[in-house]
Amino acid sequence: MAPGAPIVRFERVGKTFANGVKALDGLDLDARAGEFLSLLGPSGCGKSTALRMIAGLSQPSSGALTWSGAARPELGFVFQEPTLTPWSNVWRNVWLPLRLRGVSRAAAEKPVAEALALVGLTGFEKAYPRELSGGMKMRVSIARALVAKPAVLLMDEPFAALDEITRLKLNNDILRLKAELGATIVFVTHSVYESVFMSSRIAVFSARPGRVVETIEVAEPAARDEEFRLSQAYAETCRRASAALLGAIGGEESS
Amino acid sequence: MIKRRLADWLPPILVFCAALGLWEFVVWRNAIPPYVLPSPSLIGRTLVADWGTLSGSMMVTLGTTFEALIAAVAGGVALALLFAQWRWVERSFFPFAVILQVTPIVAIAPLLLVYLEPGTAVLVCAFVVAFFPILSNTALGLAATDHNLVDLFELYHASRFQQLMLLRLPAALPYFLGGLRIAGGLALIGAIVAEIAAGSAGQGAGLAYRIVEAGFRLNIPRMFAALALISVTGILIFVFFSALSWLLLSRWHDSARERGG
Repeated sequence: MAPGAPIVRFERVGKTFANGVKALDGLDLDARAGEFLSLLGPSGCGKSTALRMIAGLSQPSSGALTWSGAARPELGFVFQEPTLTPWSNVWRNVWLPLRLRGVSRAAAEKPVAEALALVGLTGFEKAYPRELSGGMKMRVSIARALVAKPAVLLMDEPFAALDEITRLKLNNDILRLKAELGATIVFVTHSVYESVFMSSRIAVFSARPGRVVETIEVAEPAARDEEFRLSQAYAETCRRASAALLGAIGGEESS
Repeated sequence: MIKRRLADWLPPILVFCAALGLWEFVVWRNAIPPYVLPSPSLIGRTLVADWGTLSGSMMVTLGTTFEALIAAVAGGVALALLFAQWRWVERSFFPFAVILQVTPIVAIAPLLLVYLEPGTAVLVCAFVVAFFPILSNTALGLAATDHNLVDLFELYHASRFQQLMLLRLPAALPYFLGGLRIAGGLALIGAIVAEIAAGSAGQGAGLAYRIVEAGFRLNIPRMFAALALISVTGILIFVFFSALSWLLLSRWHDSARERGG
């Protein structure tokens, strides 16, 4: 698919849960091929619900979610928690998506080894999740999401539970992986700085019921590194995103 | 390491020996006749002398316990799986399970003996008490699966069978093993209670019957010897399931993690 072409589109999507909570209302958004799209918003604004809809784990109550291709492309999903099966070792955890599809152990050797190499976990195949640090568990989770070579990688506040240093390191890893794989990434976060540093485009969500109040394009820097973090453009984009987010939260406080 | 092991084991062993020694001393000092309170040494001698009868009875009781456990595992796990698949099954059948659980087995045993042959009745009693912990723990474990993992399986279009085999059953395993450890002890109690209620003699006589029989004959040392063997049987069952649990869970589950040190 041509870079920049919409691959999935939300049209006037609303979601009301069985308990009456209105999570989304009139959500218009598209994700474009090859971009890094951040969904930025206050907690409980429905951004995770939107992500789950893309994954097919939640259905819109109103409006429509449409894929532009004939079929839904291959998806990968990274949860906020590592969400590994504690009873199987690293290798078997990464094998899981292929295994569910009937790929044998022997046929999985190569893709699993590649996925583990991508996240720097070669040599940890036999380790159990309990024996790994929080950051390493998250890497296993990312390797598992990558093993089936997804065209779209969905990440739901993947590093929120990690310490700052591990988080920055993993963010850099994600950027490197994106450059290597060329996948589209949809990334849910509540951190302005994280979203600006990582994304090519930021969709700012209003407080619940969520909809997109503003979309901010991040001018592509030469490199997303420490230099970018200190640049004028970065500070300016952060200011814009913060202002949009504050506006979105302000609506909640006045109500 | 070995030194520390020794230091860990020595105090309980010493205290146990001291308690036996005190018992022996009290019996000897007061010249208590063996038909009132036998000394530990006499119990030991009785155990050796009557080993042929008692060991046979121990095998009978152990056999009953394990047969009941196997039936309880099969029934409990199967029903828990049905519970997990259909809520209405759970709502309809759980009350029966609770009634079986809360009615004391001592009260059910005489009735079972009316309807069933003694051997079968003993087995059913042991099964009834062992069944509930297996059922309730397994059902709890099946329901406690990480919902994110369920989502993940759904994302990759896993079949129900795959979800069961690769997710729900392994997730329920620690709960199941916890239930099994409780059920092991309860099955022995159920078997003993039923044996005493049955009072059956002959070939299929278990350890509890030996106690009843020895009581009739005022053979108190033998009562104690049989009692000691029942304790040993209980300990063996407990150790067996603890070891099984450790074997299956030690690599991944926190419950089996080594404590302290």
